[in-house]
Parts: sequence; C-alpha cells; structure tokens
Amino acid sequence: MSVYASLATSIRKNLPVALATIIDGPRTGASMLVRPYDDKDTPFTIDGSLGHPELDRVVARDVAGELEAGRTGVRHYGPEGQSTPEDLVDTATVKVFIESFSPPPCMWIFGAVDFTAALARVAKVLGYHVTVCDAREIFATRRRFPMADEVIVTWPTPMFTEHGSLLGPRDAVCILTHDPKFDVPAIVGALDTAVGYIGVMGSRKTHAKRLERLAEAGITEAADLERLMSPIGLDLGSRTPEETAISICAEIIARRTGRVAQSLRTTNGPIH
Amino acid sequence: MRDILDELDRWRGAGKRVALARVVDIEGSGPREAGAAMAVNEDGEVVGSVSGGCVEGAVVSEALAILNGETQPRVVTFGYSDDEAFAVGLTCGGIIHLFIQPLDW
Repeated sequence: MSVYASLATSIRKNLPVALATIIDGPRTGASMLVRPYDDKDTPFTIDGSLGHPELDRVVARDVAGELEAGRTGVRHYGPEGQSTPEDLVDTATVKVFIESFSPPPCMWIFGAVDFTAALARVAKVLGYHVTVCDAREIFATRRRFPMADEVIVTWPTPMFTEHGSLLGPRDAVCILTHDPKFDVPAIVGALDTAVGYIGVMGSRKTHAKRLERLAEAGITEAADLERLMSPIGLDLGSRTPEETAISICAEIIARRTGRVAQSLRTTNGPIH
Repeated sequence: MRDILDELDRWRGAGKRVALARVVDIEGSGPREAGAAMAVNEDGEVVGSVSGGCVEGAVVSEALAILNGETQPRVVTFGYSDDEAFAVGLTCGGIIHLFIQPLDW
C-alpha cells in the first residue's frame, strides 16, 4: 500500500496518524507516516522513510509527541537526524513539515429533541463526531437523527461510566433535556470527565432550580459549577432550534479560543 | 487533507498525475491553518483551498509547472510584501508558506 493510501485509510477510520514530509533539504518531498502504538518498547510505528534511518528515528520520536498534542508545524534537523543546536552548526538543514491528523472531536448531545437535530447538523459542519443519547427508545431513533454519527438509547450514567474516559478537552457535552431525571445524572457524569465544554439548556429559572437539585446530588464545588455553561449558548437572541444551535457552537468556539465573542468592529488586535 | 481525500482517490484511481499544495506555515493573519490543502491534477482540475481564494490561481500555475517537470517541489511563499502582491498577495496582510509537491508517494 502506498504511503498516501495508508494515510487515507487511517484518516477515514478516525485513527491518529501524522505525516512527516521533507519540505527543504536533500530528498525534498520524501514522506513518512507515524502512528502511535500501544506498547512500551514500541511507542510508535513508521510507514515510509525520509531517506536515512537515524533521521527517520529522530523525526518519528518528535512526530509522536506532536501527534499526541494535535500540533502541526515545521521542525529542523541535520541530514542524519541531528537535532541539538551544536550538532546543527555547519550542517545542511532538513526542514520537516509534520502534519497531525487527530481523530475528530466528539460532541455528545443528551435529549432527543428538535434542538438536538439542529445542533447535530451544525456540529457536523464543524467536524464533530456527533453522538445523540436519550433513554426513550421512541425518540432516540436514527430516523429522527440521520445527521448524527451515533444514536444511543441509554441513561446518562451508564453512558459516562462506559465511555466517559474517551472525552477530552477538545470534546463537548450538550445537555438539552429539561428533565431532572436525565439532566442531573448527565451533568454529574460529565463533570467526572476531562471534557472541555459542558453546556446545559434551560431558562434562567430552570437553571436556578437545577442548581438546587445538583446541590442535593452533592455538586456544590465552585470549580465544578464554573465548568457548566448554563443556560447554554451565546446571547445572540436565538429563538429557533437552528439559531440556538449556532449560539451553542459559537460559545464552544469562543470558550476554546478564550475570546469574549463580540463583533470584530468593536474590538482591536489580531483576528485569528 | 481530510476534505479532499475523495477527489484525490478518484484522480489517482483514474491514473491522473496530481500535485498537492499544503500550508506549512503562516506569519501574521492568515485565512487557513497549517495543513490546509488543495490539489491540482494534470488536467488543471482543482480541489480544496489554501487561502480565502487569494492565491489559489497562482498555486495552480505552480502545481502544473511541477507536474510538467519545469519546477522542483518546493516551498512557495505568498505575502503582502511580494512584488506580485497585487496579483497573488493576501489581502489580509499575512504571509503563507506552501509546500507544493507531486503526490507520488
């Protein structure tokens, strides 16, 4: 299998893979794939070559680190893998572009409602792997949510117990049920993960009542409550499910970038 | 590159020669992140993008020159300070570095 075919296969299967390409230096254009491999003695595997075994080894070690962090960028080496500044004096430089292909971030949406369908659609546009979860079999169907990657009929607690460890800082949990039976265990479950965004739908009144129920469930720490984006979304004046979905996704982006989400014409400084 | 895989597969399956252009670095404001990719086949068909439409035309010429063996794979830089800024510069004032190579691996 060619390096390209191997890369395409991994990307389509959402498996982590990084592509290292020499963009300047001898053997410009040479490419190599690096994949994490779950073994202490063999932390990664290599496919293809940059043309020198020592260069391959050193670059692969760095690529594995970049991939884990989800970073993409250029690094400099000597033609035989030299990487310390002293080693690089008086040698030709090989510039290597390292491109990380991380699996797409996940969004779990709790509650099989109209807002869920709109949110799943917008989240797909942003590249999320979308999972819809509801305990009610007649609502949580593929027919109602064809745009979702997965529709799972279960309660929040088993969902988080079984799969919660998969969630990380890039991922999002959106709780759109207004049902205390469902949203309290979903919040408790989400807080027990490393998920980057937890949004909970409901009016300000609902939110106040929910805080009381969370306190009864033992959730009182300020650090936990600080993580809850509730009521969910940016204050755009959204009304329809689609508008609300945009306000939720906009809030997720703003939280990730640390911006306050105003119109650019009212702010200064770099845009990106 | 994820967004252009289907087209790349189709072209490769049809035996077309393909050049791949990827953003490898950005200085200042740039519309697309490192890793943004476009590809050009030997017939001049294009998929993907590397900017907001500012430099794609120039990338097609460069890609075809590489496929025709007139130029070697290399890093190409587009920025506001270029002599050709009006023709192929980025209106946002940033500088992007692209690596363009034949997709022969």
